[in-house]
Amino acid sequence: MTSSSIEVRALSKRFGAFTAVDAVSFDVRRGDIFGFLGANGAGKSTTIRMLCGLLEPTSGTALVAGHDIRRSPEKVKRSIGYMSQKFSLYEDLTVEENIRFFGGVYNMAAPDLASRLRWVLEMAGLRGREHSLTRNLSQGWKQRLALGCAVLHEPGILFLDEPTGGVDPVSRRAFWDLINRLSEDGVTVFVTTHYLDEAESCNDIRLIHAGRIVGAGSPSALKASTIRNPILEVECGRTVEAMDLLRREPWVRDVSIFGVNLHVGVVEEAEGRRRLAARLEQAGIPLRRIDRIVPSLEDVFLRRIEDSDKEAGR
Amino acid sequence: MKAVLAILKKEFIQIRRDPRMLPILFLAPVLQLLLFGFAVNLDVRDIPSVVCDQDRSPQSRAYLDAFFHSGYFTRRFDVGRTEDVDSRIDGGQAVMAVIIPRGFGERLLAGRGATAQIIADGTESQSATIGLNYAAMITSRYAQGLLAETFVRLRGSGLRPVLIEPEVRVFYNPDLKSRNFLVPGVLGMILMVMTMMLSSMGIVREKEAGTMEQLIVTPIRPGQLILGKLLPFLAIGVIDVVLVTSLAAFGFRVPFRGDVLLLGGLCLVFMLTTLGLGLFISTISRNQQQAMFTAVFFMIPMILLSNFVFPIETMPGFFRALTAIIPIKYFFTVIRGIFLKGSGWAELWDEAAAMAVFGAVILALSIVRFKKRLE
Ligand SMILES: Nc1ncnc2c1ncn2[C@@H]1O[C@H](COP(=O)(O)OP(=O)(O)OP(=O)(O)O)[C@@H](O)[C@H]1O
Ligand SMILES: [Mg+2]
Repeated sequence: MTSSSIEVRALSKRFGAFTAVDAVSFDVRRGDIFGFLGANGAGKSTTIRMLCGLLEPTSGTALVAGHDIRRSPEKVKRSIGYMSQKFSLYEDLTVEENIRFFGGVYNMAAPDLASRLRWVLEMAGLRGREHSLTRNLSQGWKQRLALGCAVLHEPGILFLDEPTGGVDPVSRRAFWDLINRLSEDGVTVFVTTHYLDEAESCNDIRLIHAGRIVGAGSPSALKASTIRNPILEVECGRTVEAMDLLRREPWVRDVSIFGVNLHVGVVEEAEGRRRLAARLEQAGIPLRRIDRIVPSLEDVFLRRIEDSDKEAGR
Repeated sequence: MKAVLAILKKEFIQIRRDPRMLPILFLAPVLQLLLFGFAVNLDVRDIPSVVCDQDRSPQSRAYLDAFFHSGYFTRRFDVGRTEDVDSRIDGGQAVMAVIIPRGFGERLLAGRGATAQIIADGTESQSATIGLNYAAMITSRYAQGLLAETFVRLRGSGLRPVLIEPEVRVFYNPDLKSRNFLVPGVLGMILMVMTMMLSSMGIVREKEAGTMEQLIVTPIRPGQLILGKLLPFLAIGVIDVVLVTSLAAFGFRVPFRGDVLLLGGLCLVFMLTTLGLGLFISTISRNQQQAMFTAVFFMIPMILLSNFVFPIETMPGFFRALTAIIPIKYFFTVIRGIFLKGSGWAELWDEAAAMAVFGAVILALSIVRFKKRLE
């Protein structure tokens, strides 16, 4: 076997004339936490559904756990666990009934199921709530139960589609602890998200925008390859006016607003600081602070999207 | 097998947890039968009638006595001229008319055939049809009585009386009790509505709730899923059959002349067709509303073309041919046969075969149609 759990080649999905996923290619290494990062409608769920055998690709191929998703979707289904974006367990069944149901559907032997049931309850912190109706669980618990049901049959590959949507920060932290534990046990985790802090926990990332991959690599590699110029964080008055102004300067690479500040990419730090101060003073905009910052994934993400849109516009 | 069991168990839990489900499943069929058994009574009594006796012979009087002693007709008016008969019926004061022509008694005495004219108001087609049936029955009984009498008189002379078979004869339900005819039919209808509605929701409900997405990433096979969904509904159907049949036989005293086991077996075969149809609808619908409308859209013509309300023999050729693919039509034959005639396997095997073929085809179609894909 190769060292890749998933190999995707020029995978596309069209809905009528609209291309939701546009010839994406990538490999996912065994045991990695692989992050699929993109805005709403970028094509994350569509990609994941194709890889799980839920949607037929329009063109292209992919191997999941060594099985072709077109030719043997049922074999793929046996080797994966999937947690959909929308909660999709039975709300009118209890926690334990849901777990037992999926155990039955995966054809698990009774002793295995009994031990896995205990394991899932433990892992998800649902001990004592076995007989609660799933409907009455809080969102964080529901998602941990869904994760439990997805890994019940001990799949080697786990697909999680925005697993932490609508969950408070504490539950999110707890959920990511579970993901890390699974990864340590050797499970390959394919996770989509639009939380950039979550993406920092991934070993490998793909940025997807309008159905195309616009960035690839580990979080640090992405930052290094995208943001070669120093970035200055500028606190000043009239930020919108300042942004328009700075955009026209040849020594400025890019400008974007982050909260009340501007992030300005410059060619060289010392000269950049000097020219920035001079230009703002000339325009009569009060300057309060300039700091060199380490770029965040958000910087990377926005920059890549900008570049990709510019390219598409040309 | 584990997968089928898991689905089956899950379905039972879901049914049990839905507080509205139990009354719908087991109370509604009983109420419907009570409604049909008590309220909808097609038996007609005291039909207002007009008499025009132009013969005024002992024979005509005897015939009219037989007619009105039956209790089905009330002698409202006696008129002398046939024109007056028309005016009574036109005016809606009478629904039936008996006209006895001059010479009725003489012809009977002479041993020749005699006629009495019976007129019914066709706008009241229900009472008219039934009234005409009663009239034919009474007439034939009267004729038989006469015959017996004549036979006794002629025994010594060696002459044989002329025998005219009356054309209309009522078999199996000689009291023409509409309840006996209706109640078994209602069982068929309840069974169809129940099982079709339930199963048409079966798959589409999971699509709507989003649970289908989770279900189809599992290795479960379409056949297993369909079977797991089918069996609980089949069980519910069996309970309904037992409830409704007992109520019909013991509560309403509808004669049950056939074999209970045969009835049970053929009910199962029939349910395969309705459950299959429901599941098929479920696989092609996007949401429960669509499934519901599609199910109703199928059910109404099936009932109309099923012999439940309109006799198939009087339908135009095209529709008569169409009834061949309507499973409930076969089931009505089965259920009325078993209840009223005591029909056995020898008479009913072809109906059973027709239903089995329909059921197998529609279930196979559902399994083929049910792709393990979202779309
Ligand atoms: N069945 C469908 N028919 C038509 N268009 C679809 C269908 N499914 C998805 N799309 C479109 O494809 C695009 C990508 O959808 P997708 O669900 O993959 O996005 P996403 O990245 O998961 O977004 P989100 O963060 O909102 O979940 C969207 O514009 C969506 O409207
Ligand atoms: Mg999505």
